[in-house]
Amino acid sequence: MLNKIWFCTLVFFTLLGASINVAANEDVNVYSYRQPFLVKPLFDEFTKKTGITVNVVFAKKGMAERLAREGEYSPADILLTTDISRLIELKDNNLLQAVQSDELSAAIPAQFKATDNTWYALTTRVRNIYSAKRLGKIDLNYEDLADKKWQGKICTRSGKHPYNVALVASMIAEHGEADTLEWLQKVKANLARKPQGSDRAQVQAIHQNLCDISLGNSYYFGNMIKDEKQKVWADAVNINFPNQGNRGAHINISGMGMAKYAPNKANALALMNFLVSEEAQHMYAETNMEYPVRPGVKPSKLVASWGEFKADGLSLEAIAKQRKAALMLLDKAKFDL
Amino acid sequence: MILGNKSTSWTVSSWFFALVLIAPIVVMLLASVSASSDLFSHLWATVLPEYIQNTLVLGILVALLSLFLGVPAAALISQTNIVMGKQLRWLLMLPLAMPAYLVAYLYTDLFDYAGPVQRLLRTWFDWQSPNDYYFFDIRTIGGAAIVIALVMFPYVYMLTRTAFEQQDRNLLRASRLLGCTERQSFYRVALPLARPAIAVSLALVTMETLADFATVQYFAVNTLTTAVYDTWLGYSDFAAANALASVLMLFVLFIVVAEQRARAGQRHQSSRPNTQHQRKQLSVIQQIMASIFCWFLVFAGFLLPVILLLMMAIDYADYQQVVALIDTGKNSIVIAAYSATIATFIALLLALFQRLHQSRTRMIPVQISGFGYAIPGTVLAMAMLATLGPLDHAINDVAKALNFQAPGLILSGTVFAIVFAFVVRFSAIANGTINAGIGQIPKSLDLAPASLGVKTAPAVLRIHLPLLKSSILVAWLLVFVEAMKELPAVLLLRPFNFETLSTQIYQLISDERLEQGALGAILIVLFGLLPIIFLNRQKDSK
Repeated sequence: MLNKIWFCTLVFFTLLGASINVAANEDVNVYSYRQPFLVKPLFDEFTKKTGITVNVVFAKKGMAERLAREGEYSPADILLTTDISRLIELKDNNLLQAVQSDELSAAIPAQFKATDNTWYALTTRVRNIYSAKRLGKIDLNYEDLADKKWQGKICTRSGKHPYNVALVASMIAEHGEADTLEWLQKVKANLARKPQGSDRAQVQAIHQNLCDISLGNSYYFGNMIKDEKQKVWADAVNINFPNQGNRGAHINISGMGMAKYAPNKANALALMNFLVSEEAQHMYAETNMEYPVRPGVKPSKLVASWGEFKADGLSLEAIAKQRKAALMLLDKAKFDL
Repeated sequence: MILGNKSTSWTVSSWFFALVLIAPIVVMLLASVSASSDLFSHLWATVLPEYIQNTLVLGILVALLSLFLGVPAAALISQTNIVMGKQLRWLLMLPLAMPAYLVAYLYTDLFDYAGPVQRLLRTWFDWQSPNDYYFFDIRTIGGAAIVIALVMFPYVYMLTRTAFEQQDRNLLRASRLLGCTERQSFYRVALPLARPAIAVSLALVTMETLADFATVQYFAVNTLTTAVYDTWLGYSDFAAANALASVLMLFVLFIVVAEQRARAGQRHQSSRPNTQHQRKQLSVIQQIMASIFCWFLVFAGFLLPVILLLMMAIDYADYQQVVALIDTGKNSIVIAAYSATIATFIALLLALFQRLHQSRTRMIPVQISGFGYAIPGTVLAMAMLATLGPLDHAINDVAKALNFQAPGLILSGTVFAIVFAFVVRFSAIANGTINAGIGQIPKSLDLAPASLGVKTAPAVLRIHLPLLKSSILVAWLLVFVEAMKELPAVLLLRPFNFETLSTQIYQLISDERLEQGALGAILIVLFGLLPIIFLNRQKDSK
């Protein structure tokens, strides 16, 4: 009987071992903060062109921490993120390597890449103010959200969400910590409900008359219009580009970097070059409703119909630098509580 | 005494597995030592007190609600002639099959201001804005507590009902003879006798609640787990995050101790379970009230969420989703099956070790192997990376030094890490089930082989294993189901191109597109039904 048990154990662990497969070599491995359905069409196209298989792990949280833990034996080649702070953090923790190619330098303007070439932006997105159609045309600054006249009228997702943290960081860069804290406290006092849900859920709340204005990224508007169920929400709001009379609207990026210990360097570079190519940038614009960074590639017709806008010229690094301060102010204002 | 001190391999392996299971927790505690006090004082001065308060309030509310839902249900089913009692007996266990994060999403969606219920009310009564009427706010601690309790109370119900059913009838008869009314004898005898079972189940419920993150997030309720996430992923302070997680563990330790004290010295075993006792006859009104109560629980905890999912599936399911389900479903089943098998094996080893060995420390391996249950999934995942990462590095360094090709992250970067995490997290469940099973085997059987002069270890196994067959199966199924439902650990630890049912549902939920994941969600629930059906059939055959 004991022999039988030993035999079973042996078989069991052999099977377990067999089910563990480590990624093979003609591949490129991606750690992604981006949703798979957003990037999968791009990867499929890349594989079709080059024959290189793209392996992906997606998680909204913790990929950078996992990469750091894995150190020099990490299988990751490329990191895809949706927030500048994440890229800078990766760079600061020495988890990225500098990459250079003619394609990359030709495709990406200087303000959308690291000075040391460790990270590159792929798309930009605006932090817009959505307003109820019933309000008519409005012209707002982020600063105006603190105005008493919006009391009980504003909806937003958690202040701790990276998109809001980056916005707060840009406010700190512009106005300093003390004023930004006061702004946060006043905005909090104007909220119709405690921060919750996603950017889309805020538009839904406007549609239902719960609030009048909300904060949300630009591409959500396009994606909601394309969605059968969510189109009615989007139809109830206007999308506004804030601060057009002064410094311009706050923008954030989605971007990429090559992992310091990337095992498939050549394939990784091929993928990076592909992602900034006209074709891929065009796909980003059309399927994700984002603004491509490559000059000459136009946003989708729908996005273009929202009009031209002035973007805040503040450097992305300056925003990332204020990230920790922004988090602390959000705690101080008890924004989410 | 049975195995004496001879079977050292048993002793060694018991301690080995126990120490392996506790290793990630030790790593977590060690990492927290270097936590910076700056961040702590900032958090303490701002949000931490409120987080802690929320955590305590949530834990207490869920425990109280589970108590007031689970114990009356158990009493009604086991002590009265409630209509359809035989069906309700197992129907009341069904909410266990629902993942809490799923129910949370469905309910916040349903009762939200923009949700269908309030929309319908507004159309009916022509209300325009939230100022025109009052409707409870689902995204509050209260809302979170109710929804969590709705899927957790079956733990309390199950254990308490079993306790009621196994009580010695003679004690109740004696109390009646001594002049107690029916009611008095329930409150003075039956209920106190069930106290250990109630305490154990409440401890389980509270631990699950404290370790939760995904569910409270939908309710926009900030708890200590929020602080753990903030410090780790926001402030990038691994040490401080570990320190906060350790505080959470302290809470849990406190619960465990409180639970053990609550039932200290209360051992009551009956050799004559009350199978055919006289059930209390309910009056018509009582009958109606009792039925409404029980059916409400079944409806709110199981039927309504399932109906919502089915409606979504009917509207949105297509052929592609079914194809995708085969792969993700297979992944889910494979990791759940491995986790269940290993956890059950270890639980069996440790439980038999505790039972058959004569040593003063024999209880320790079982106890420490259950600690993992209290750790939030993500914290456990990062502890796992911190534990397995260095091991992987050592393996690769050695391979390099010997001029072999470096094998890569064979531990922390593969399914192994997920299975390990699940075993650490769910061992407590397997331990509890197997121990309960062993407790029912008469001690005299331990001595039987020796009295016949047979070599002991294999003989003991030959007697005990068949007797434990059903406990082993139950333990396996419970771990299997929990592992199918688990989300945060698998999310962070999974290898490339590896999706499970729960990670797929999570991705769709986070994009407000659960409709397209409804089929997968239904599949998780169906698997969750397996142990319940099995437990039910087993009870019936007794």
